[in-house]
Amino acid sequence: METLLPALTTGTEAVILRLAGGSSFRKKIGEMGLREGVRVRLVAKHLLGGPIVIEVSGREITLGRGMAAQIVVTVPAT
Amino acid sequence: MKKIVLMGNPNVGKSVVFSRLTGATVITSNYPGTTVDFSRGRMCLGKDRHEIVDAPGTYSLDPSNRAEEVALEMFQEADLVIVVVDATNLERNLFLALQILEADRPVVVALNMWDEAQHSGILIDVERLERELQVPVIPTVALSGEGIRELVRRLDEALTPRRPGRLTDDARWVRIGEIVRNVQQVTHRHRTLSDTLSEASIRPLTGFPIAVLVMIGALWLVTGIGELLIALVFDPLFELYTPVAMALSSWLGPGILHEVLIGTLIDGRIDYVQSMGLLTTGLYVPFAMVLPYIITFYAVLAVFEDSGYLPRLATLFDTIFHRFGLHGFGVIPIFLGLGCNVPGVLAARSLETGKQRFIATTLLAISVPCMAKNAMVFGILGPYGPRYILMVFGALAVVFVAAGLVLNRLLPGDSPEICLEIPPYRRPDPMTVLKKVWMRVGGFVREAIPFLFLGILVVNLLHALGVLGMLGLLFAPVVQAWLGLPGETTAALVIGFLRKDLAVGMLLPLGLTPEQLVIATTLLTVYFPCVGTFAVMFKELGARGLVKATAFMACTAVLVGGLMRIALLGL
Ligand SMILES: Nc1nc2c(ncn2[C@@H]2O[C@H](COP(=O)(O)OP(=O)(O)OP(=O)(O)O)[C@@H](O)[C@H]2O)c(=O)[nH]1
Ligand SMILES: [Mg+2]
Repeated sequence: METLLPALTTGTEAVILRLAGGSSFRKKIGEMGLREGVRVRLVAKHLLGGPIVIEVSGREITLGRGMAAQIVVTVPAT
Repeated sequence: MKKIVLMGNPNVGKSVVFSRLTGATVITSNYPGTTVDFSRGRMCLGKDRHEIVDAPGTYSLDPSNRAEEVALEMFQEADLVIVVVDATNLERNLFLALQILEADRPVVVALNMWDEAQHSGILIDVERLERELQVPVIPTVALSGEGIRELVRRLDEALTPRRPGRLTDDARWVRIGEIVRNVQQVTHRHRTLSDTLSEASIRPLTGFPIAVLVMIGALWLVTGIGELLIALVFDPLFELYTPVAMALSSWLGPGILHEVLIGTLIDGRIDYVQSMGLLTTGLYVPFAMVLPYIITFYAVLAVFEDSGYLPRLATLFDTIFHRFGLHGFGVIPIFLGLGCNVPGVLAARSLETGKQRFIATTLLAISVPCMAKNAMVFGILGPYGPRYILMVFGALAVVFVAAGLVLNRLLPGDSPEICLEIPPYRRPDPMTVLKKVWMRVGGFVREAIPFLFLGILVVNLLHALGVLGMLGLLFAPVVQAWLGLPGETTAALVIGFLRKDLAVGMLLPLGLTPEQLVIATTLLTVYFPCVGTFAVMFKELGARGLVKATAFMACTAVLVGGLMRIALLGL
């Protein structure tokens, strides 16, 4: 199932399918380890369009909602 | 002499390695973006002396903020690079490491946080990694010093790897994938208490209540222990000192020297707050009224910094701070600014755009009172009850929010979103905390005390020359009509430019009502920062930025003063 990162419910694991958005954005979060094929878990979603916290290889990263909405993920069927 | 530069991702322990190598203490803490400028130090290797440079952390050699630009500049000057890598996060850290290896410089890799990697079941084949990277790799635990000697010993083995040429980002990730598969084994990791705590403190539902409790606890500790220190240590010390000062007073007899050194006797006795002599008020204000709170504040701040709580707080506050044109990371300059505005302004370097840096700096200067000032507000308004202290901080909070909203509207430019790595919780190391408190308190004593003395000297001189009286008369109409304060308050406002704490002290002899004290102390924060802050603002924002910020501060001060007067004193 293909969806955007902020649409996941808290606690769900997913795999990054692709990054939309400009090249500088892709570069910046790419350097932090967010790329195609990487597993992430949604740790927290803040209210009122606030940031999203994800876990990537055991590390938490806080991302603005707009940035997170550029990340297309798929939830693997278990 | 070679120039050896420490490079690496943010928060991997570069500054701790730097301290180990040079013996110099630099600020280290558990969040990305601690070091925003470079520090230089020296190290002897056999007969040779080398320069060691601690650079800010960066994710790549393409900078995305001011701090990362500094890192790149340092890298370009390097003769040898020590790449510090976080062993618990090898894959991501190798991105910068490979970029540096492609850049044709001799490199040694320090595989830091080795202790944490072992505890969390990460096995790294160091020899294999050396072969893959073609440079020496030394596991280190910077905090305990393990591996540092080995690192130093192998510095002259530093190699420039056979050049693979510059890879594209994608090719580099493929290469990193290969390396990690070959050298790293991760055994399954159980969830720990720290993981649970981490999630609880970053989720909105549990995070906010925890944040409120933590803040109240912190405030309680700072004020409670500060008061205890004053009552048990500093006041008794000054009681011992009083007879000495009194003896000096009668030996000097009346005259100009007595005026300057002892000041005015009140009812024939020294009043440490009001006498305004170098050896009375000049010693009492910094040592007995301000220092105790500075010590406790910095102790609590160090625990905040080293535990890793600040980035979580930044996440919680992100939504609100967006309304002010900032993002959650703005919490960090504000927190540091509560100690002293100068490091606060510097910490704004980790923000991405000029608009964000301008807003963070201006908000700091107008609405975040430093500890020296806070201590005086507590000292002077305390006797009238907590209500008045709350009024001052309430007013400043309102100014903060209002100014943030306005500046965000007014200023052109972008406010990008937050993108912040959250470090794991770590137990603060007592020695590190102690050293950090010692260093910052030392900084306060070295910088504040000369300025306080200078301030008191200036007050005495201006007073003797009648300048203060004249200024008072000159500004009396404005100060009286607009702010509802006596004309003499002008003197305190002028001195506030030198030292805020001294200025607050100067309000005491004027016999103001508590409401008037609230107005005056609030204004002392809003109208201008002190010289030190002014100087870094100039450095960070440039002349134009500073003029803009100053104009904004002046307008805010006039407005806030008038409004508070109406609210507290009526028309
Ligand atoms: N357990 C453990 N903690 C470490 C080690 N080295 C550093 N730390 C801790 O990691 C945190 C970050 O250390 P710093 O030296 O401030 O990191 P930095 O790389 O200079 O960070 P920036 O200046 O933000 O780029 C601090 O809380 C250190 O106490 C280590 O080897 N083991
Ligand atoms: Mg550092």
